[in-house]
Amino acid sequence: MERPLTQNIRPDGQTVDIAAYEQAGGYLGLRQAIGSLAPAEVTRIVTDSGLRGRGGAGFPTGSKWSFVPMGDDAPRPKYLVANADEMEPGTFKDRLLMEGDPHQLIEGMAIAAYAIQAEVAYVFVRGEYVLPARRLQQAIAEAEGRGYLGNNILGSGYSLALHVHTSAGRYICGEETALLNALEGRRAIPRAKPPFPQASGLWGQPTVVNNVETLCNLPHILARGADWFKSLSRTGVSGTKIYGASGRVMRPGAWELPMGTSLREILEEHAGGMRGGLRLRGVLPGGASTDFLVEEHLDTPMDFEAVAAAGSRLGTGTMIVLDDRTCPVAMLRNLEHFFAQESCGWCTPCRDGLPWVESILDDIEEGRGRPEDLDLLDLHTHLLGPGKTFCAHAPGAMEPLQSALKYFREDFERHIRDHRCPWRAS
Amino acid sequence: MSLYIDRAEYPAQPDKNLLEVCLSLGLDLPYFCWHPALGSVGACRQCAVKQFKDENDQRGRLVMACMTPAAEGTRISVDDPEARAFRAQVIEWLMTNHPHDCPVCDEGGECHLQDMTVMTGHTYRRCRAAKRTFRNQYLGPFVNHEMNRCITCYRCVRFYRDYAGGDDLEAQASRNRVYFGRAADGTLESEFSGNLVEVCPTGVFTDATLKQHYTRKWDLQNGPSLCPHCALGCNTLIGERYGEPRRVLNRYHHDINGYFLCDRGRYGYGFMTAPSRLSAPLLRPAADASLHPAAADEALAAAAALLREGAGIIGIGSPRASLEANFALRRLVGPERFFAGVGEAEGRATALILDLMRQLPVPVATLRQAEDSDAALVLGEDVLATAPRLGLALRQSTRHAALAAADRLNLPHWDAAAVQVAGRDQRSPLILATCASTRLDDAASATVHGPSDEIARFAAAVAHALDGSAPEVAGLDEARRQLAQAAAAALSSAQRPLVVAGARGGEALIRAAANIALALHRRGRATRLVWVLPECNSLGLALLAPRPLAEALAAAEAAGAPTAIVLENDLYRRAPHRAIDAFLAKARVAVIDHTRHATVEAAQLVLPAAAFADGSGTLVSSEGRAQRYLRAYPAAGDITDGWRWLGRLGALADGRAPDWQSLDEVTRACAAEFPTLAGIVDAAPSAAFRAGGRKIPRQPPRYSGRTAMRADRQIHEPPPPADPDSALAFSMEGHPGQAPAALLTWYRVPGWNSVQAVNKFQQEVGGELRGGDPGVRLLQADSAAAAGFLAGDAPEPFARRPGEWLLLPHDLIFCSEELSLLAPAVAQRAGPARLLLHPGDLQELGLADGDPAQVEAGGETMHLRVQPDPALAPGTAALPAGLPRLPWLDLPAWGSIRRVRG
Repeated sequence: MERPLTQNIRPDGQTVDIAAYEQAGGYLGLRQAIGSLAPAEVTRIVTDSGLRGRGGAGFPTGSKWSFVPMGDDAPRPKYLVANADEMEPGTFKDRLLMEGDPHQLIEGMAIAAYAIQAEVAYVFVRGEYVLPARRLQQAIAEAEGRGYLGNNILGSGYSLALHVHTSAGRYICGEETALLNALEGRRAIPRAKPPFPQASGLWGQPTVVNNVETLCNLPHILARGADWFKSLSRTGVSGTKIYGASGRVMRPGAWELPMGTSLREILEEHAGGMRGGLRLRGVLPGGASTDFLVEEHLDTPMDFEAVAAAGSRLGTGTMIVLDDRTCPVAMLRNLEHFFAQESCGWCTPCRDGLPWVESILDDIEEGRGRPEDLDLLDLHTHLLGPGKTFCAHAPGAMEPLQSALKYFREDFERHIRDHRCPWRAS
Repeated sequence: MSLYIDRAEYPAQPDKNLLEVCLSLGLDLPYFCWHPALGSVGACRQCAVKQFKDENDQRGRLVMACMTPAAEGTRISVDDPEARAFRAQVIEWLMTNHPHDCPVCDEGGECHLQDMTVMTGHTYRRCRAAKRTFRNQYLGPFVNHEMNRCITCYRCVRFYRDYAGGDDLEAQASRNRVYFGRAADGTLESEFSGNLVEVCPTGVFTDATLKQHYTRKWDLQNGPSLCPHCALGCNTLIGERYGEPRRVLNRYHHDINGYFLCDRGRYGYGFMTAPSRLSAPLLRPAADASLHPAAADEALAAAAALLREGAGIIGIGSPRASLEANFALRRLVGPERFFAGVGEAEGRATALILDLMRQLPVPVATLRQAEDSDAALVLGEDVLATAPRLGLALRQSTRHAALAAADRLNLPHWDAAAVQVAGRDQRSPLILATCASTRLDDAASATVHGPSDEIARFAAAVAHALDGSAPEVAGLDEARRQLAQAAAAALSSAQRPLVVAGARGGEALIRAAANIALALHRRGRATRLVWVLPECNSLGLALLAPRPLAEALAAAEAAGAPTAIVLENDLYRRAPHRAIDAFLAKARVAVIDHTRHATVEAAQLVLPAAAFADGSGTLVSSEGRAQRYLRAYPAAGDITDGWRWLGRLGALADGRAPDWQSLDEVTRACAAEFPTLAGIVDAAPSAAFRAGGRKIPRQPPRYSGRTAMRADRQIHEPPPPADPDSALAFSMEGHPGQAPAALLTWYRVPGWNSVQAVNKFQQEVGGELRGGDPGVRLLQADSAAAAGFLAGDAPEPFARRPGEWLLLPHDLIFCSEELSLLAPAVAQRAGPARLLLHPGDLQELGLADGDPAQVEAGGETMHLRVQPDPALAPGTAALPAGLPRLPWLDLPAWGSIRRVRG
């Protein structure tokens, strides 16, 4: 089984320097792109590879690039931004990639920047990711030293300046337009679309924002071709995927597996199943802002379409597991506390609706719940839905709640009926 | 183009969003974050409607009307149950933290949040959580802060920062604890902070001066008024209770102030209730006696005696008195004996500007047209101090580059955030040429600094760069020539260039500015001019063709003791103090004014004049627009309009009936005598106007306490006083519908009780008022007029003099204007007066920031603390203009500066 994204990552946690990276075939993809391909050809190969965004939305990468104005009349400068603001609860795949193999990201960014003819690129790194930021800085210096970044890359005439920017620390910075505002030094609130970043992004200039894992696929696609990339997956959706699991499983962690590996295989084989005496109650398959899947869904292949068909989203592919001795109401309360706290405060439903949801969950968990509270929670799962809020934050927050109300409703009702949490010692 | 709302077909314009369309059609759709001048951002989610793909679509989806463009065949439902439920839910969310303190809230009864809450039908709070609370800040004398009421619509910061360029109010923190305030307690620095009071949809930002003597908004009796604190003619609404003006509100005028006033205009009203306000006639029984109050009959008898004595009567008019009052004075004393109560240079400059307004083929811009210009050159005026609302308009003009960027991306102009992103850091040219740095410099594409002669030379160079046949400037240095060429290039590549200059700059500069406009006009650009004039009726006074003040002073010197009637004027603000002292010592002086000042102190007789809240008349703005202000409440006691006093005096002198008994009569007499002023009759409907057979009520329908408010003195309700001067009644009874625009006394319609109700008074949102905006443009450019350049050499270049400094006037928004400085709130903002010097000059003088210095010039000695300003040319110094404690100087003037011991 091929694991192109994680092949260089060392088990001892040490990073891979440029010499080791080159030795492992690194920067061949960039040489290939810059040395012999026109930007449009790079975009075509990426489009052909079927690569889709690994940040959660799954938008086809080549298609995203194709909206960037090209040619002599295109506005200058153009920007490429790596979204490394990995703040989805339970998600740590990008950290692994940046800490373990920073040159892979740099090479991917150089390829993407070349494809859209960007002059400047930024890695927008989560503020708490001190070690990844440091390793990226070091790797950038190494890459500049070898002519992979900077002026006249590999003698091609193409130049790219790459900077690391550490976030001031808000979940919403992971939303690509809020990220751009934050990068400009403004309040991290999402922007309305249109204009899309490809037309008017960072400082009003054409900009592409791609997730770290997405970008890390590019060197391999360029070096080994679109067909090879497609063949990596089990279900026809291209490539590999870094899946992860947290919660009370035997071996929490992250594994690069063929796209479309089943939920059961990930949980049972790679995560080692549930810890002793515990049973699985549900899984948030792609981070905190995805709907619960339950036992009946375990054979779902973890790719974009199959997970959607099961009623959830692939999201980041890093799952949170709920066991039968953990209170689902308490878990939701914790999650909604996070989402309410991380609302940017721009639009009313999210800013004022999420704290209300949180307070209702507080009441239910603390034994103060009332039967009509469930109606209010149901109402919010509808009213904080897509299109009603300014961005996807609140709709994301409602995904675990609406599915919890569906699958674990009797737990909510029991809290309300008994005026206490049954998981707590009385 | 047409679209369908709840299955009915309506016409619509394609460049509008659905909220604008609905509101323009008169439909009720609630909103918060959208503002007609600030555009859409989609934050509050209040204006949700259901949109259908086509006539077969039964499900539809919720969209925010403010973020959805109107397109041909668009189908929406405002009345859809899901949309209605969502809108009510948005209010319930907003109300989870709103304190529900309406009964004790300053905004209550005039609150957009109240209106929208009622409109959506939300009534019952289901949320049991505790409400969040905030600490409020002290924001200065103008604006009160009560953050707990905030519903986080972001309008305040969008106005304050994005629109007005302020940087000391910001959105802080996040989630449901977003806080709108300053980094620390302190006075809001923007010149436009008072607009927060109207921009805020609830009671977070309220009028701190109204709070000083609070009255419920529905208990205010209102009069349509005009701002007297500069020449732009912004329309205001004065609210009164218990015989005192309590607040000034913006009165929408599409072509002038739009939705916003400057803080001087909003808060200057305090002069009308200040201790300096004259409330009774004053008489001086003997030359060495002091003034004492007198009855009106006694005062008029004394006045008649004064008029009969002495070597003839002269009249000194005023640029801050109405056209009617000045005309009445002129009629009383005769045209040969009617003098302008303005300084020598100001009078000449104003007369030249008036000539140019009549002769040039280039039209004068309204404020809206100034805002619509895509390149502007400002010469010799710090507009934020001399015409502040123009500064706000010019700041908007710089948005055209961003709008052009938005056009390239097919983004609608109402999509404010998108325009901001698309045009990030792009600005249309705004070139400012001033003596010192200004608070508009941050919006400028280029600044040029120097004394007025240098600016005149720069302007002449711009004209010459635009058109080689305009006069050339000798000896211009290379840097300035390049700046002039860049300015010429920026202006000539614009579609709608604007040139701003004013009386402050002097005649050479005015001519050069006219030549720039002519050169652009000859190049086929849709060029416009703004002439900045110092006072609210500077142009009106000039139109009455007064003789220069210096001639009055000289005549008194030559002919001996005349009787001088000084109309609404403090002569000590017009000429050197010694000259005025000498004049007042010789003349017998009668002053008619609302405000006590140094000239009053030297008078034999003082008649109390009505001011802008309790008087009526016509002013001519710097745009040449005649507009009427109508009293909000009856003047108390013997106070009456200057023109009425003068009519009575004329009758007494001649022993006949007064020439006029009412405003309409004096206005008609004035219009009959001056063909240019013929239009002033139409500036507002006459007193005979009736709507549905009734007068227009000044009091809102919910006005309360009619019988109670006088009960400590009189238990019976007196009949409402008559108002012979307008079609307005001092009553809550009268025409129940909308009044003509010039007679608007409030913005209220069913369901809309806040200032947001102005939507319902416009032909379309953000458009003209129904029936047309008030006022009559008296002067029109003659596009067929000859476009020959004005001759005249540019001044000599500025040359330093060793040991001397060229003293320049430095206009300050809250200090330089006479009347507003008497308002306690404005006086608090006046700040310490400083003498500005170049840092190098300070060093040369051995002075540091804040050190005391002594200035000698024109035979006068002054003491001020110094402040560095790197924009000042070395060898020049800027003195605060109009500061009452400083003697009048004919600036620019050479003087010496010395260090003194603090």
